[in-house]
Amino acid sequence: MAKVRAAVLGTGQTHHKAKRPDVSMAGLCREAIDRAMLDAQVGWDDIDAVVVGKAPDFFEGVMMPELFLADALGAVGKPLLRVHTAGSVGGATANVAASIVQAGVHKRVLAVAWEKQSESNAMWGLSILPPFQMPVGAGAGGYFAPHVRSYIRRSGAPTEIGAMVAVKDRLNGAINPYAHLHQPDITLESVLASQMLWDPIRFDETCPSSDGACAVVIGNEEAAASVDRPAWIHATAMRSEPTTYSGRDQVNPKAGQQAAAALWKQAGITNPLEEIDCAEIYVPFSWFEPMWIENLGFMPEGKGWTLTEAGETAIGGKLPINMSGGVLSSNPIGASGMLRFAEAARQVMGRAEEHQVDGARKALGHAYGGGSQFYSMWVVGSDKP
Amino acid sequence: MRDVAVVGFAQSPQVRRTDGTTNGVEMLIPIFAEVYEKLGITKSDIGFWCSGSSDYLAGRAFSFISAIDAIGPVPPINESHVEADGAWALYEAWCKIQTGDVDTALIYGFGKSSAGNLPRTMALQLDPYTLAPLLPDSVAVAGLQARLGIDAGLWSEADMAEVAVRSRRDAESNPYAQLRGSKDAAELLTDGYLADPLRRHDVAPITDGAAVIVLAAEDRARELSANPAWITGIEHRVDSANLGARDLTTSASTVAAARAAGIDGVEVAELYTPFTHQELLLRRDLGLGDHVRITPSGGALAGNPMFATGLVRIGEAAAHISSGAAGKVLAHATSGPALQQNLVCVLEGRS
Amino acid sequence: MSVTAPLSAPIELAFDYTRSVGPTLGRFMTGLAEGRIVGVRASDGRVFVPPVEYDPLTGAAVSEFVDVADEGSVISWTWAPSPLEGQPLQTPFAWVLVKLDGADTSILHALDVSGPDAVSTGMRVRVRWAGERVGAITDIVCFEPAEGPRTDITRTTVEPVEIVTTPVSMSVMHSASGNETTYLQGLERGKLIGQRCPQCKKVYIPPRGACPVDGVPTVENVELPDRGIVTTFCVVNVPFMGQKIQPPYVAAYVLLDGADIALMHLILECDAADVRMGMRVEAKWRPESEWVPGLQNIEYFRPTGEPDADYDSFKEHL
Repeated sequence: MAKVRAAVLGTGQTHHKAKRPDVSMAGLCREAIDRAMLDAQVGWDDIDAVVVGKAPDFFEGVMMPELFLADALGAVGKPLLRVHTAGSVGGATANVAASIVQAGVHKRVLAVAWEKQSESNAMWGLSILPPFQMPVGAGAGGYFAPHVRSYIRRSGAPTEIGAMVAVKDRLNGAINPYAHLHQPDITLESVLASQMLWDPIRFDETCPSSDGACAVVIGNEEAAASVDRPAWIHATAMRSEPTTYSGRDQVNPKAGQQAAAALWKQAGITNPLEEIDCAEIYVPFSWFEPMWIENLGFMPEGKGWTLTEAGETAIGGKLPINMSGGVLSSNPIGASGMLRFAEAARQVMGRAEEHQVDGARKALGHAYGGGSQFYSMWVVGSDKP
Repeated sequence: MRDVAVVGFAQSPQVRRTDGTTNGVEMLIPIFAEVYEKLGITKSDIGFWCSGSSDYLAGRAFSFISAIDAIGPVPPINESHVEADGAWALYEAWCKIQTGDVDTALIYGFGKSSAGNLPRTMALQLDPYTLAPLLPDSVAVAGLQARLGIDAGLWSEADMAEVAVRSRRDAESNPYAQLRGSKDAAELLTDGYLADPLRRHDVAPITDGAAVIVLAAEDRARELSANPAWITGIEHRVDSANLGARDLTTSASTVAAARAAGIDGVEVAELYTPFTHQELLLRRDLGLGDHVRITPSGGALAGNPMFATGLVRIGEAAAHISSGAAGKVLAHATSGPALQQNLVCVLEGRS
Repeated sequence: MSVTAPLSAPIELAFDYTRSVGPTLGRFMTGLAEGRIVGVRASDGRVFVPPVEYDPLTGAAVSEFVDVADEGSVISWTWAPSPLEGQPLQTPFAWVLVKLDGADTSILHALDVSGPDAVSTGMRVRVRWAGERVGAITDIVCFEPAEGPRTDITRTTVEPVEIVTTPVSMSVMHSASGNETTYLQGLERGKLIGQRCPQCKKVYIPPRGACPVDGVPTVENVELPDRGIVTTFCVVNVPFMGQKIQPPYVAAYVLLDGADIALMHLILECDAADVRMGMRVEAKWRPESEWVPGLQNIEYFRPTGEPDADYDSFKEHL
């Protein structure tokens, strides 16, 4: 049976900041939603269902906050779903919304992902330790740093690759008005001089903690007909694996590899490096750029860093990555995945403004979560699949 | 739309407390084994996995991550999770099958309510600025709803007691139920109030439990089950969170979901009503007359494994189809304070 | 496997959440600080108290603010005979929905009366204001019957309220799984006990509820030596809220001899700069008198001085 075609009709996001003291949680969500609905040229009556995604509720101290937000989200009288797949959730939420449209169930679905981390403290939220466990870990950075070390060892990558990614992403973020961090004066030297937080990850190679939200409106073919240059969803994929198991590759996880393989197959892509014009991938610590380049199959294992080193992941390069500044520039955890998906859509819609890649017609959105164990990704394109 | 059916269902015993962990693995492993055996499948026959659970119930952020160990997700699986009752995970899985990407799905839900103070924890679902700081627990919110109906003459304490009696007596033939059997209504009504106007018998027990359902499409369903319970309608809606602005004596979202799902002619209705007055409310709203068997499993009042209870309703309703006992049934699930969010699933048999 | 009750311990989760209220709720909170009740008028003319941020019909941000009385009628009530800590009153009270005069919706709060006989639908009640008000819903201590004289409260204008602090806490009893209990009790006796999966035969330490690959319970106990190698590691320099160890410290994955997954621990007794992937390490235990059911009985791992393990021998564990 042919799947119903679905497309992104519009996107919206907040101005991401360490703290957004000017809005309530509802206000934060609505800032992104209102922009997305304007971008999609739809009103409330056009939205058939709402899908919400965010990371653990402990960050904001509200259990299942989509319930108390139902009114503000415009969901009263409509279906409302809440996805929670750890860090990949923003992407998973967009995938679920796409799935509902592709199922032929609804014509237009609003997907919103958000996090208001300043209500508590992200490091605290990520480090809550159950009894009987030894407090060795140091948040997300402390978890991933050892595996970054493994990547550097396995690949033989030069040690400044991480800093190169940080410079690129932060300079991209500096021209993105929505990004949290604007660091137009960042240099390789300044990054290499910044404090080592969890050796080998430095302060300037680390994502911020942000309040923010992202929203997309996804519609079927009929809905997309009235939109100028919608972003057609060519493929979606999600894969999960356990946090630890004997023989698990923590650097190049199978779940990511297989999600990507399924994605390219569904999209009819045989040579991702040639056929994808740009990518927004989830890089919260700069070394994940070369690691994901390999995991996604853009480059062979051990060679991802060569793409970065050659400058090919900058805007204007062979595979621009994180033109928006990425997670390194803004990280409202629950929203970050959807920001990647939305930014990929903006590129092929020609609506990425100051960080537009010229002529981008096919883009990848990618997110991961947990201990590099949950993956959600999509391919969007200017042409109907 | 593709024809999708419930082909397998298993549940853990509904008990006051288990020794297991809050990530549900101990409750899930045996019931996964049970459905695999019943269907003659292994984990590699499942195209999509989706679960429902709550971090707040478990007292752990990312609590669902440990649960996937019960699957043995190596090689990696196509998997998702909702922070909601497993009934909503089933909805997501049903949509996934409708896209044509997969033909089978396994859905599970679990909750260990015994680990915390459930009524108090549920207060954290309320408006965090104006309500949650006061900690109105779920029994209090239900009590306010119950009294509105009593004052309006829609139901009485005696009606509520009858629901409790029927539910727990029906549960006597449910080997999984936690509370089985009941005193007469007259005797129950002599008990003091738990939280006026609610007595202990008006409230669901605290339960640990888990459930699993397998869905399959079309021919695959016919391969796996002699009598698949076909989902002919599945809809959900949410009402306003504003308890002071919403008419709590009716459930507009349930009515809307039921209308869209098409419940005319159902013979059995498994309703997720953790408070007795809520069953009376829904029977009235949905026009379920005396010819409809209401929650013959005993329902939440006999055992309420949070985040699995809605999924159990779907499984219990489906069982009436698979056994041939009924031709059309509905299952209902609820979430949020005072029936804020509701899902209705209609299942039918085919000859 | 012996049948012992699994270990359990409470988890206390508490944080003082700092919530920005935005412009609409901000007016409500500011009003509370000033001893006034502020609602909003929606597009259909209804006055909502507490305010809603967005119009129920149009979805637009509401902007018409209306003062309502701090007195009104009980719409519904229920009795709370055993108040929980954190609820508005610590003596038995009634939860009430109150429609304040001038409002079209009701507000949920507590009513201070001596017993269920003293509360009824329709009775007149009024706000009991807190002496010190900060701009939070708790500025309303509770409601009380609207009878008798009323103490005047001082009302002053205050700076607009932008943030409310709401402590949220909960306690959950965490239970270790049976396997984990065996492992923890082993540690209490100075032993490292892993478990082997009956299907894939891999040894897991700490053991998990099920083998993550096969989804079956691991049941065979395997005692492991307290030495092994560092597979990979990082040097933690950054302090953070909730951290228990003073940085800088080395957090490493230690693959014990005979185990098939590495566990995370500290490396000490050497310079952080000297820690290497493949380095052989041994446990340094705390004094036996301090042993508890936990991995912290091993204070840290330290280098043994033996030659490093060959990279190829452990690279599949990275």
